[in-house]
Amino acid sequence: MYGKKVKLRILFLIVLVLTIALTVFFVLNSLKENVVYFLSPSEVKILSEIKKDKIRVGGMVKKNSININNDQIIFVITDFKNDINVSYAGLVPNLFQENKGVVAEGFLQDRNYFKAVKILAKHDENYMPPELNKKIEE
Amino acid sequence: MDFFNQSKIFSLINKYQSFVLIFFLLILLLGLTEALFLSPQDYLQGDSVRIMYVHVPSAWISLGIFSLMALLSILVFVFKNKNLIIISKSLAPSGFVFTLIALVTGSIWGKPTWGTWWAWDARITSMLILAFFYFMYLLAWRVFENKDNVVKITSLICIIGAINIPLIKFSVDWWSTLHQPSSIKILSESTIHESMLIPLILMTAAFALFSLLIFLMKYNTELIKIKIKGLDRL
Repeated sequence: MYGKKVKLRILFLIVLVLTIALTVFFVLNSLKENVVYFLSPSEVKILSEIKKDKIRVGGMVKKNSININNDQIIFVITDFKNDINVSYAGLVPNLFQENKGVVAEGFLQDRNYFKAVKILAKHDENYMPPELNKKIEE
Repeated sequence: MDFFNQSKIFSLINKYQSFVLIFFLLILLLGLTEALFLSPQDYLQGDSVRIMYVHVPSAWISLGIFSLMALLSILVFVFKNKNLIIISKSLAPSGFVFTLIALVTGSIWGKPTWGTWWAWDARITSMLILAFFYFMYLLAWRVFENKDNVVKITSLICIIGAINIPLIKFSVDWWSTLHQPSSIKILSESTIHESMLIPLILMTAAFALFSLLIFLMKYNTELIKIKIKGLDRL
């Protein structure tokens, strides 16, 4: 049907794409720890060692856990299985709220205590007008 | 391949270009009215949500155009069809511009929402890689002057770059990212309210028409270039 050259070119493309896709897959897979933007509290619990490097921990801000005294904000990040206590001094983004997503950047003190140097709010995929949200909350 | 008869396409484009322009302006006007005035604020983000009506359509279009270019490139590489490469070449500029728009508007949205302009998470980084692929593609057309080489090299750039497309799409599902997962799902119910879906769809249509318009202009220019050079094809 097709000439020999055409078949060879198809084969070349298949081999090329397969090679690169496999390489990318294995590189990303072995670098998984670096590809993820943050760890969940459950992943922090099973860390083999507590490194001194800066890491990020993310999850939900636990309900009724935000505690502000002086410049310190203390709150709990939860993934609904495990919790981690976070302390932070500084400005937080507007969307930092209880029951909303958060990513804290900082240093792990132990498996239950995280000292944040930067707080990012994580927005979820829900978009709705304010009236509708009120209805849902009621 | 009579379908790709260039003089026929040439006169056809000149005929319909102004129709596309008018249609684009109409949809854009409608989309902007919806996006800026008629659609509600978001319960959390307030008015920042309106950035999404530019950000998301741009990202969709840039991914769509690259996928199309990759598909054309495969056909070009395998069957040596040089008419298709002109289509792919003419698609690239609008794809590149929409990638940049998606990155910039995302950054502008990120500052008030996340609290940062930029994050090296999987979605944002893979989108940046897409921008580099577009840039590389456009540069390759200028760098390589030998006609046979340029066709092969640009097609291969597209085909290799296409591996990045599923990475962009699924990055938010495979890894934990700062970027939120998709609100619009094919298999389950979307998590975006109807009143916000309307401007999103209208703006997507407007941007698609704009890409079509730029494509037609660019394609026309390429055909004129070929004519002037006195070649019957690239």
